[in-house]
Amino acid sequence: MSPTPAPRILIVIPCYNEEASIVSVVNDVAQARHQSGLVLDTLVVNDCSTDGTLVQLQTLPGCNYLNLPVNLGIGGAMQAGYRYAYRHGYDMAVQMDGDGQHPADELPKLLAPLLADKADVVIGSRFLERTGFQSTAVRRIGINYFRRLNRWLIGQTVHDSTSGFRAFNRRTLAIVDRYYPDEYPEPEAIVQFGLHQLRIQEVPVQMRERQGGVSSINTGRAFYYMLKVTLGILFVYIRLRGRRTLTPLAG
Amino acid sequence: METIPITIQIVSITGALLFMLTIFRLIVRGKLREEYSIIWIVCTVLLIVFSIWRRGLEQIATLLGVFYPPSLIFLAALSAMLVFLVHLSVVISKLQNQIKDITHEMAYLRQDLERLKAQQETRATPSEPVVP
Repeated sequence: MSPTPAPRILIVIPCYNEEASIVSVVNDVAQARHQSGLVLDTLVVNDCSTDGTLVQLQTLPGCNYLNLPVNLGIGGAMQAGYRYAYRHGYDMAVQMDGDGQHPADELPKLLAPLLADKADVVIGSRFLERTGFQSTAVRRIGINYFRRLNRWLIGQTVHDSTSGFRAFNRRTLAIVDRYYPDEYPEPEAIVQFGLHQLRIQEVPVQMRERQGGVSSINTGRAFYYMLKVTLGILFVYIRLRGRRTLTPLAG
Repeated sequence: METIPITIQIVSITGALLFMLTIFRLIVRGKLREEYSIIWIVCTVLLIVFSIWRRGLEQIATLLGVFYPPSLIFLAALSAMLVFLVHLSVVISKLQNQIKDITHEMAYLRQDLERLKAQQETRATPSEPVVP
């Protein structure tokens, strides 16, 4: 059943003003490639950084990167990477943040369910085994809220729905190529995948605290974040549910 | 009863005509696309019609059971603006999607171009193939 040539995997690293950490993240992936023997290619998506990120990428030998001419935000930047993976015939794609939160040595663990064809979407979760960086208390309240919302809507429990450390197979990439949420895409994408009948699996990973840069979500934006994501989730649910009843997916 | 309304009539007709002139000038200069100008032209025509046909507003108001005719104007104007604002939000959302797609394509093309340039510079050693 498994394809004879080794599956090609693209590691998409979105970054906005990550000059302090981006080089080490790319190097970590290269090291993981050597250690695991997986065919891991890297694609850094520079979302119009205003610091020296682009220079770092240009001077890094052999670094494969996209340079977005306009700042699209994390969702748009990730979709650029996923589309790239889909068009270039990659079998899988992984999102790995450019700030160094997601350790590259967890990649084999994240990819294992995809390689065994046991899942279509794998999400690296901080909360399955409570080790590593656990985020702040306020954020965990928000994450719990999204977990309940997702469970209620799609009947699947995702403990760490805001985790950006996730891997998709080609079936998922085909869906993401057509639509991926723009702003704060992570929780909304889970509902999208659930309604497309994709198999979602969480694997425990350790995360680190960001190595550099600043988070895109500060306390002032937290309220907007919750509202925007809730609306996004509800509307993607209504839209896809309607479509599903019209044209039921085979299988 | 007759003198004051006529002054207002003249003022409103000139106002409406000036507005229409502005709209036309914007279209001629290419600063306003025709599809967005239609609603403004229709509004101006309505404005002119009711400026000339003064009894009209009162007649329609009594027909609809509105006791105070000017409130009908407010209702109509507010609803029209609301609908048009929603329409503009739809247009903006569509534009945002298109910009995102174009940005993606541009990023891919940039990458292809840079690879081609790099290939030309080091013509002796062909590096990894550029995907069509």
